[in-house]
Amino acid sequence: MSAAEPIISCRNVWKLFGQKPESFVASAKGKSFEEIRRAGYIAAVRDVSIEVGRGELLVVMGLSGSGKSTLVRCMSRLIDITDGEIIVDGQNLMSLSEKELIGLRRRKMGMVFQSFGLLPNRNVLDNVAFPLEMRGQDRHDRRERALEVIKLVGLEGREEYFPRELSGGQQQRVGIARSLAIEPDIWFLDEPFSALDPLIRREMQDEFLRLRGMLGKTIVFITHDFDEALRLADRIAIMKDGAVEQCDTPDKIVLKPATEYVRKFTEDVEKSRVVHARGLAQPINGHAVEGPAVPANATVLQLARQLVNERREYLPVADAGGKLVGAMNRQEALDILLGSA
Amino acid sequence: MSDTTVPVIRAVPERALPGGAAILLAVALALAVARPVLPELLVRVPDWAIPPYQDWMQALFDFIKDDLGLIHVTRAISAILEWFLDVTANLLYGKNRWPYLGPLPWTAVAAVAAVVGYAVGRWRMALLAGGTFAWIALIGQWDLAMQTLSVIAVAAPTAFMVGLILGILAWKFPRFEAALLPILAVLQTLPFFTYLLPAVIFFKVGPTAGCVATVVYAIPPMVLMTALGLKKVASEVIEAGHMSGSTRWQMLRHVYLPSARTEILVGVNQVIMLSLAMVVLTAFIGMPGLGAKLLSLMNSLKLGRSFEIGVTIVLIAVTLDRISKAWVVKQPVHFERGTPWWERNRLLLIALGAFVGCILIAQFVPLANEIDRKHELSMGSEIDTVIRAVLANETIDAATAWLRGFLTVSVLIPFRDAVLWLPSLSVIFILAAAGYAVGGPRSALLAGGFFAIVALTGWWDRAMITLYTVLSAVVIAAAVGLPLGMLAARRKKWAQPVLLICDTAQTFPSFIYLIPAIMLFGVNDVSVIFAIFIFATVPLMRYTIEGIRAVPEELLEAADMSGATRSQKLWKVQIPFALPTMAIGFNQAIMFAFFMVIIAAFIGTQDLGQELQRTLAGNQLGKNFVLGMCVALMALTFDHIIMRWSATRRKVLGV
Repeated sequence: MSAAEPIISCRNVWKLFGQKPESFVASAKGKSFEEIRRAGYIAAVRDVSIEVGRGELLVVMGLSGSGKSTLVRCMSRLIDITDGEIIVDGQNLMSLSEKELIGLRRRKMGMVFQSFGLLPNRNVLDNVAFPLEMRGQDRHDRRERALEVIKLVGLEGREEYFPRELSGGQQQRVGIARSLAIEPDIWFLDEPFSALDPLIRREMQDEFLRLRGMLGKTIVFITHDFDEALRLADRIAIMKDGAVEQCDTPDKIVLKPATEYVRKFTEDVEKSRVVHARGLAQPINGHAVEGPAVPANATVLQLARQLVNERREYLPVADAGGKLVGAMNRQEALDILLGSA
Repeated sequence: MSDTTVPVIRAVPERALPGGAAILLAVALALAVARPVLPELLVRVPDWAIPPYQDWMQALFDFIKDDLGLIHVTRAISAILEWFLDVTANLLYGKNRWPYLGPLPWTAVAAVAAVVGYAVGRWRMALLAGGTFAWIALIGQWDLAMQTLSVIAVAAPTAFMVGLILGILAWKFPRFEAALLPILAVLQTLPFFTYLLPAVIFFKVGPTAGCVATVVYAIPPMVLMTALGLKKVASEVIEAGHMSGSTRWQMLRHVYLPSARTEILVGVNQVIMLSLAMVVLTAFIGMPGLGAKLLSLMNSLKLGRSFEIGVTIVLIAVTLDRISKAWVVKQPVHFERGTPWWERNRLLLIALGAFVGCILIAQFVPLANEIDRKHELSMGSEIDTVIRAVLANETIDAATAWLRGFLTVSVLIPFRDAVLWLPSLSVIFILAAAGYAVGGPRSALLAGGFFAIVALTGWWDRAMITLYTVLSAVVIAAAVGLPLGMLAARRKKWAQPVLLICDTAQTFPSFIYLIPAIMLFGVNDVSVIFAIFIFATVPLMRYTIEGIRAVPEELLEAADMSGATRSQKLWKVQIPFALPTMAIGFNQAIMFAFFMVIIAAFIGTQDLGQELQRTLAGNQLGKNFVLGMCVALMALTFDHIIMRWSATRRKVLGV
């Protein structure tokens, strides 16, 4: 899972806004966000190095102004970066010509936007078929494919509707369908559910997880909602002032926040809902483990009853295939469940 | 993100008049007081000091026209335009040119208009559009109206295309926009005579010149609206376009232009309305049509027929305006799946059917084809009698005579004399002071400089007469329009119909406003001012109402809870808040007035307009241009000062 075969890798990426960012960036290195601002520049992305593995779901989490949206736009080169490099599927993004970039987007990338970004003059079908039309697919083919994705996102029967005739949730389904029309390898979602009401948001998250399970794409998902991040992510990158504070699995972030800033986010989180047995599993070296194993993908909360009734000090943890992945200290798990004394 | 920001009037300490402005004003006053002892040199620019701009401009134009060969280019363009004009002329009123099909029966045109009306605005628009064309036919003005419309039918699409392309270029290349904007500002303030003469000289006399003048006049708002619309496209829509792998051309064609639909269509509306306004005025270069007829009828004081033509023009204006506006707000609606094609294109088929049907009927029923003199319903002479009888009524006659006398003797002549008496330098310094007060040294230089140029052309006295006419009319308009606006703004119930009236009145071509003025006051200075007064009252009222109605509800509730009386609320809350908006109305009133005062030249004024009109007869392009620039520079000065003030004020208010 952890970036064995990265499809996107960002190396020391910088994005500065200001008068002459290219010449300033050299002297910005090592400076804090505040120092850079005093020099008249905004460091939207500050020395970010991050990798996204094939098939991984990376959530970039941060408050507004933290640079998360800029980062995802750098990865899709909607914005040109100031310094560093971004390699997507073996190609250096910044060295692509306009034509190559257009080709890359037509074959490999899809993106979903916070306020949908639908074309008001096109109906659902034509909006979804838009990327196919841009790459010159013939009318019949693109209609066929568009109907397929519309069905996938559950908008069957609404093909002829115009965006303004749909609810927010439905509009975002159109946005999702459009981004999937070309069968992209990499799927960017920029706060896709932030503009929606809480109940709809929940429903759309479930829908998203269903699609994710079906399609198995590489996903970069932006959100400002920590709970959403925990619910969806394989790994979470937490950003502040343009820099990544910590990039790790939800379990690790909750258990071992790297900075004070990250710890504040985790404070109010019900950790037992987030932490999995896998996250607590330690190497077996020398611990006496015996008896039946607990499943690695069960949360501490799901194991609560068993943890309370258990007598063993260490419980074996096994993955879905029955393979032993380690041992879990019962006391540690109980502390997470009950809160440490 | 969701927290609503409540606009608040921030406390700004009342600033004293900035020092520079006070000094400039003091100089102006000193010059005025010292007028009797000033050497003539400082009162007016002496003749020997006036550069021969006119000859220079004439030489320049001649050079461009003949030596650079621009005339061949323009003649080529006019050949193309003429071809299109001949086609529309043949179809609409049967001019003997290719395609030799016309004239179309009036019933066919009216039927198609009604279906178009129905398509954008259901039965009300259908009735308005169909009714307008029926009225035109029945009143016996079909050929006149079709002459006018045949020019619009070519000019408006041309202006649309040119404006759209320029707008796209302006949006794409900021430098081009920076160069274009001042030109557009001048174009929008140039008096229409300055459009007409070059059009006549560079393009052939007749419909072609009229068409070109109309196109040039109608382009600026299209350019501005297109650029505005393209700039406003939501960033996520643009990003979605890029992520869909659009090329640059695909972005423009499929993303930007469709997303800017609303602004572009508002531009179309403006193009159509300005085309109509200008096409009526091309009467002054002898273009046949409604305008020419109206001009000759007013010259011979045939009020009844003038009135009927006025109604026709107004109906056409309202129809074109309402239909194009309805088109702006019309949103696409989906059809259920499996709707057959004749259901989807129902209105198109009905229009086609009605069109063909009416043509067939017209073959057998002459009246459906053309309404001849015997059957027309014109009541020109009867209306004439009624109008004259009403005006001959002693009270009305006495009232208008008194008003005329009072205005002339006690207000207008003293004011005019005062303006003429002031040394040019004094006037220049007053405007520079005003400029300084709103925008610092730069604005002072601009305002003073523009008037200094006017002084240096040697047309100062004529220019001052124009200025005096404009100012007195606008002051009277403000005295009437502002209180009426404030009154109407008090209740939503009153504000809405008044706004609707203002909105409608603003679509009328300016020429129309002369009809009641001439009816009431005859042909003299007062009727000119009266025409400007009605024309200028409309924007003043409209923006007053809109400004006051736009005051946020919370602010009014806060005032109520602070125990403000109604008048305290008006003066302490609503008016301060509405002032920047009201200033826009004031500015528009002044711009309208500058426009109108020139048209009124044919009544026999003594200002720049009169001189301008004379240049038409003598083909004096250089002089025409210099005079036109004088009007434009004066208008631009006021425009700059007022808009600058309004912008600063808005910033202070945080709106």
